[in-house]
Amino acid sequence: MADRELADPMVPSPSGVSRRNFIKGVIAAGAAASSVSYLFRETALGQGSLPGSVERLVTLNVNGQLRRVDVMKQETLATTLRYKLGLTGTKVGCDRGECGACTVLIDDVPRSSCSILTHSVRGRKVVTIEGLAGANGRLHPVQQAVVDEQGFQCAFCMSGFIMSTVGFLKANPNPTRAEMAHGLSGNFCRCADYNKILNAMMRAAEYSRKARKA
Amino acid sequence: MADYKLIGHDYTTPEMLAKVTGQAKFSEDIRADGMLFCKLLLSPMPHARVLKIDASEALAMNGVAAILTPDDLPEVTVPPAGLTPFALTGWTERALTKEPLYEGEPILAVAAVDEVTAAEAIEKIKVDLEPLPFVIDPLDALRPDGPNGRTQGNVFVGHVGIDSKDIQALKWTAKDFGEVAAGRLPWDAKATVETSVGDVEAGLKQADLVLDETFFIQSTAHQVLEPRSTFAYWQNGKLYLYGSTQSMIRSVGPIARWVGIEPSQLVYISEYSGGGFGSKINSYPYVAIPALLSKKTNRPVMLRISREAENYIGRMRPGFQARIKMGFRKDGRVTAIDSFIIEDPGPYELTGQAEQAAQVASNSYQPLATRFRGIYVATNTPPKGAQRAPGLPQSVSMFEPLISKAARKLGLDQVEIRKINAPSSDSKFGVREPLQNLTSAYVREALDRGAELFKWQERKQRVSQRSGPKVRGIGVSVGSFTAGSVGYDGLLLVKPDGKLYIHQGIGNFGALAVMDTARVAAEFLGMPWKQCEVVWGSSGKHVPWSSNSGGSQTAHAHSRANYATALDLKRKLQEIAAQQMGGSPEAYEVDNGYVYRKDNTGSSLAFAKAAELAIKLGGKYDGHEVPQQVNALTKASVAALAGQGLIGVAKDEFPRKGATQGFVAGFAEVELDLETGVYRIVDYTAVADAGTVLHPRNLGGQILGGSVEGFGHITTRNMIYERQSGRLVSRRMYQIRPPSILDVPLEMNWDAVNIPDPQTPVGIKGVGEPPVGAAAGAVLCAISDALSRVDKDIIYRTPVRLDRVLAALGSGKIHDLLAAYA
Repeated sequence: MADRELADPMVPSPSGVSRRNFIKGVIAAGAAASSVSYLFRETALGQGSLPGSVERLVTLNVNGQLRRVDVMKQETLATTLRYKLGLTGTKVGCDRGECGACTVLIDDVPRSSCSILTHSVRGRKVVTIEGLAGANGRLHPVQQAVVDEQGFQCAFCMSGFIMSTVGFLKANPNPTRAEMAHGLSGNFCRCADYNKILNAMMRAAEYSRKARKA
Repeated sequence: MADYKLIGHDYTTPEMLAKVTGQAKFSEDIRADGMLFCKLLLSPMPHARVLKIDASEALAMNGVAAILTPDDLPEVTVPPAGLTPFALTGWTERALTKEPLYEGEPILAVAAVDEVTAAEAIEKIKVDLEPLPFVIDPLDALRPDGPNGRTQGNVFVGHVGIDSKDIQALKWTAKDFGEVAAGRLPWDAKATVETSVGDVEAGLKQADLVLDETFFIQSTAHQVLEPRSTFAYWQNGKLYLYGSTQSMIRSVGPIARWVGIEPSQLVYISEYSGGGFGSKINSYPYVAIPALLSKKTNRPVMLRISREAENYIGRMRPGFQARIKMGFRKDGRVTAIDSFIIEDPGPYELTGQAEQAAQVASNSYQPLATRFRGIYVATNTPPKGAQRAPGLPQSVSMFEPLISKAARKLGLDQVEIRKINAPSSDSKFGVREPLQNLTSAYVREALDRGAELFKWQERKQRVSQRSGPKVRGIGVSVGSFTAGSVGYDGLLLVKPDGKLYIHQGIGNFGALAVMDTARVAAEFLGMPWKQCEVVWGSSGKHVPWSSNSGGSQTAHAHSRANYATALDLKRKLQEIAAQQMGGSPEAYEVDNGYVYRKDNTGSSLAFAKAAELAIKLGGKYDGHEVPQQVNALTKASVAALAGQGLIGVAKDEFPRKGATQGFVAGFAEVELDLETGVYRIVDYTAVADAGTVLHPRNLGGQILGGSVEGFGHITTRNMIYERQSGRLVSRRMYQIRPPSILDVPLEMNWDAVNIPDPQTPVGIKGVGEPPVGAAAGAVLCAISDALSRVDKDIIYRTPVRLDRVLAALGSGKIHDLLAAYA
């Protein structure tokens, strides 16, 4: 479905709005990331659109906000998040869906954002590590559990693990330690701190259950 | 144990909130207006000469800003003494090369407005390469007519750091290779290094049992999760460089040299690094690429290293082909170790891990005599380097199975034979004279505690019962490694806001010593932790000269430096209090942010007030005077902070006799299916001798994280090359296979003997490395124990793949025992 949508050149682009004017509008509205100025390369300088390409503006639902962004046809969600929306908490470790560092939730399901084209998530809910804590700064139960267990070491894999856990607990709120390990088996930790990670995530399951009851 | 408020207690490290919320900035997370992106052109051949580069088509593309070739790099110069720990040789690699020595070595780089454009530009560059002879397997380079990995020869001569600049040609005889064909390393073949302690021949003669075996230990890629990306820009003649390294301040000198500037022209920022495991100790030459492209274009430049490039340039542990003779008395005591080890350091530099492997064996098993012979063969595989306990997993993969085999032959318990040979605090070790003294060793205590936690005796009974096709095996192993250095500086500042600022020059790459050792300063100043700020992550924040963040040095080195500096600051607080309130400085004590009179007269002075007074007093109190003995970089940092408050600054000059070594005893149980050869690790326990426990949860993470690394060495991690083309076959993470969460026991146990090292003020030793060896050895011995249920021999080749288990269960012969990268 998503792939077909991506390949379909008939998907309408925002009609009557030139790309540059739209970008100017975004900047003026202050709705884009502060990093916007380096994101949109000047067509006169860059490689420009090839004939028949679908480079265009899309609206994404990220962390509960509608974000309008200029996306190339072949652009991955990880690139869009990191380089166009200023959401660098999502890490890219392997570029190819092997390590799990780039895991985000798409409609509550953990997915590797390095291996998903941004065009395919239009109309879907994307949640990244930056979208977990409450507006008042209160940590998500999974984040709090990681803090309380001093989970992880270098933390480059941490946002991916946390997003996988949040997604996994939505599907299985009461996992055994073995089930939790399976739920996290798409994520690599090269500090290999798996024992402490599992301690933290079992605590996360407990905190999440309490939070649901409250 | 001393009654500490902070040391030995769990706490939440101060960078934790930034990490869990995704706000922590790693080098690839930095953005700036007008930034450019680069891509590298990697060599498609394992050895070649660049004849011509035609970039005209690429440079004509819209959006392409600049190209960087080897001609743009500064000449390699010898840095000022003390700024780099590594020997510089004529062969030392640079960021880009005209003679790629391995597939994937960077030849040139392009900067463009975005990564897609840079990648397209790379495709349009025509590079004319002349293929040169190459070699992948070190033994092939030693064949009478074998190719040389370098045009100058095939072996690195001498000892690392002493005289490693020579490459020579060395060939074995056809007769030697008759032995190789039979699966044995030829004992009488030529070596380039030989060292010995005691009479090894006599030691082997007096032994009741001599084992003589050939081993193959594989090379393993580091595969750090965060690729070594770098971001750079220039401002007012200074280079601002964001990198991913282990050491922070210790990277400044090497980076300045690679870029061709003075250290004072560099502001180096590395707040968060995604793991290093030895591959990022002092940064790496590739940082020069964005730095020089930024200079060329006058724009900020990001070099994002892809996983593909990381596979090539991200370093690897060297593999060994080795033959070991080991003599035992009837009671299990090791009489002699005689090692002959071929190491493959890759094409650039002697790495010295073969000798390191022999040295750790001399420590862990205390042989009465020992000899080491070795050859460091240049190959056209990616450069090897330090990887979490360099030499140790290779060492235990040979010696621990031999000890297990000896114990079985001699009818001894596996724990007992290791205790008989274990070092104690008055032991010495080494493969060269003079031997080194240990500062402390509590290996027997660790083995006893581990055996108790693991229920060794009970388990021994249980696993000996066999039912059905599955057998169980248990193994124990000792891992030892360096655990601390001395002589570094600390820098503390109390500002008029009453807070204690603890400046740290070590890196923040996951080991967390950067936070944990700051607690030592707070502890001895009686300062509540919530009133402390750790200052780290940038040379622009004025940090002290520090140890390398590697070699398990920091916990020891900077607990000492911060203790020394806390004493200096405390003395200054006492002096200021005495000046203000009378009496002698000794009449005052510090606690809870106050300096107060011990006789309970009620006189006290808040640290905040003392900071104000220090600024008025000037001189040594506010940093306008600095002790002579601290490093020049520390002096520069103090000068920059002078006048901001009360400054404590000191060099660790506490005495230490001998070498600080850490130890871990590992205990593993495996289950092995005799029909399929499939095995899994079902339980694991590790006990560390790491001196005083500083931060329990972090210590547990280091011990068990290091253990999982050790598992991977035995079970899954491997590198394979295509021999005809010299190209890497295992180029993805799933092919190299670091252990996943499903490859390890669901719950693992750890403990520490928690006995202070008597030769360091707080008693703390490092622990990052020994667990890797202890776990590798324990798992390998447990597999061998399982195989012994059906009277099969130990394993002689790592990793222990399924086909090798089946071979061991069948004929016992591995047909390709000595073939590298197979």
